[in-house]
Amino acid sequence: MDGNQMLTAGLFLAVVALTIFITFRASRNTSGTTDFYAGGRSFSGFQNGLAIGGDYMSAASFLGISGLIALSGYDGFLYSIGFLVAWLVALLLVAEVLRNSGRYTMADQLAYRMRQRPVRTAAAASTVVVSIFYLLAQMVGAGALVTLLLGVESEALKNLTIAVVGLLMIFYVTVGGMKGTTWVQIVKAVLLMIGSALIVILVLAQFDFNLSDLLGSAAANSGKDGFLDPGLKYGEDTTSKLNFVSLGLALVLGTAGLPHILIRFYTVPTSRDARKSVLWAIGLIGAFYLMTLVLGFGAAALLDTGLGSDVQTSGGNLASPLLAEEVGGGPDTVGGAVLLAVIAAVAFATILAVVAGLTLTSSASVAHDLYNSVFRKGAASEKQELKVARIAAGVIGVIAIALAIPAQKLNVAFLVALAFAIAASANLPSIIYNMFWRRFNTRGAVWSIYGGLISSVGLVFFSPVVSGKLNADGSNAALLPKSVDFSWFPLENPGIVSIPLAFFLGWLGTVTSREPAAEERYTELEVRALTGAGAEGAVQH
Amino acid sequence: MTSTHDQADRHNPVYDHLHATPEFQELRSRYRGFVFPATVAFLIWYLLYVVLSMWAHDFMSHRLVGNINVALVFGILQFVTTFLIAWVYSNYSNKHLDPLARKLNDDYESQRGI
Repeated sequence: MDGNQMLTAGLFLAVVALTIFITFRASRNTSGTTDFYAGGRSFSGFQNGLAIGGDYMSAASFLGISGLIALSGYDGFLYSIGFLVAWLVALLLVAEVLRNSGRYTMADQLAYRMRQRPVRTAAAASTVVVSIFYLLAQMVGAGALVTLLLGVESEALKNLTIAVVGLLMIFYVTVGGMKGTTWVQIVKAVLLMIGSALIVILVLAQFDFNLSDLLGSAAANSGKDGFLDPGLKYGEDTTSKLNFVSLGLALVLGTAGLPHILIRFYTVPTSRDARKSVLWAIGLIGAFYLMTLVLGFGAAALLDTGLGSDVQTSGGNLASPLLAEEVGGGPDTVGGAVLLAVIAAVAFATILAVVAGLTLTSSASVAHDLYNSVFRKGAASEKQELKVARIAAGVIGVIAIALAIPAQKLNVAFLVALAFAIAASANLPSIIYNMFWRRFNTRGAVWSIYGGLISSVGLVFFSPVVSGKLNADGSNAALLPKSVDFSWFPLENPGIVSIPLAFFLGWLGTVTSREPAAEERYTELEVRALTGAGAEGAVQH
Repeated sequence: MTSTHDQADRHNPVYDHLHATPEFQELRSRYRGFVFPATVAFLIWYLLYVVLSMWAHDFMSHRLVGNINVALVFGILQFVTTFLIAWVYSNYSNKHLDPLARKLNDDYESQRGI
């Protein structure tokens, strides 16, 4: 190991040590379920806004989007826009009403007026599936990062990294619960904003802060026609255009259906704090995505992104760290090595914070919805429920490790977009119907959740992503070997079909059944959602 | 016990009472009157951007200043409108929603024991 690699390894270890320290501190005042699942509901709007930013600005954003812009130019920017505009759905329709009507999980607000067991089972299933897809993306990013830094193309090393990330996330969640997870996310959000701003300033300085010059150099250096115009990645034919629209829909409607984002609204004392946290998050996330634009075009302008380059072979995932090395002085300089190490450590912190949030969310849903409500009919003690939550975190961690290893050649932003499509299809329709439609009932919710979940996952399975996709040079771009091709769904993103289908099934299930109790209790749900009357309060320690 | 868990029992009647008050009806119509049109507006604005990006290639590729084209400006405008809607909603709810919600919550606190 040379000096640069020692530095990198040292910074990685420092990040890990910091997060472990935070987790142990948080574990000291985590006792009951409200602490474990919702951080005692004692975070301020600003703190939670930072934590939401930390939860949301994942490896997909930092590594994936800048990589897509570096490789495909303008088309990568769509991700940034969809990811940001989506927050308006969360702000206007979801955050406050959810805070007032639920306790710990996404299923709570459905269970408030419906038959608990079917809706909790359905919501837990979709929570776990969405979270696992999202986890895969983060772990793939972690594997790519470590390989780059140690300069060895070793499958064993990548797999080891994935396993270590998995073990760390199990540790954060089982020991620190929501408080530990939240503080890890807050620290990460601050590190990520500072790290990105630093690189952005250094990139812009090379172009005398002239954005037009930066864009011009990016277009010239990329060697691709129309690099600054929409359509390079998606504009070839009608299928790829529809693919783009499908992706756009999934992005804008997915955020407010992501379980790990939804449960963050429970960590504040009131719905007004939930609103404030979303406002802070919008400011932070918006600023960050504007920076990814500079990172992506900066990488296109200053790095080699042609066939066979490090940026291209990593699916774009390494564009940001390599850009940091370049603006620090280039490879084989001290400045380059230091900046590369710093940015890689920030990216690693990013990944750790997001995986912790995802693991917590799935384990909360398994313990609270499935174990306590469905299996034990609400009779489990807090202690039993927490024990199950911790075991579930371990099991989910192991599953994620096992699935991440074969998924490594997929772009992380693309993987996250799939998670968004599933969330928009399986979760958002029932959340919206439940809050705004008195007639909505158990059958509608169950049909909508399973319909959205099965159709979105099923369409991806029969899409070119899984089988039959080729790169421009004829090499295999699908998950399965080239010899297998059973794809029949032409789009890579299922949103354009599965989202409307889930809304339709929610309507159909509702109008074909009657559930007077659900309609009656809507009165209570609505009063509580809009006024906060009777909502869960903060824990006093 | 089982039925209680399967679907929670009929609730405290104070909610029916609050639901029927003119204040609640006003709160509800103010809330829906803002969020429904705003949601429709920003979704149409966003989808317009998505569709133009794909099917109005020449318009979006038109250079405005230097290498800055319509597509980039359109994208940045999506950021601007997002910030703007968030800011307007925040002011609107502080001024028109929160006072009513607080009053109803106070009523709930004083009536729930009855």
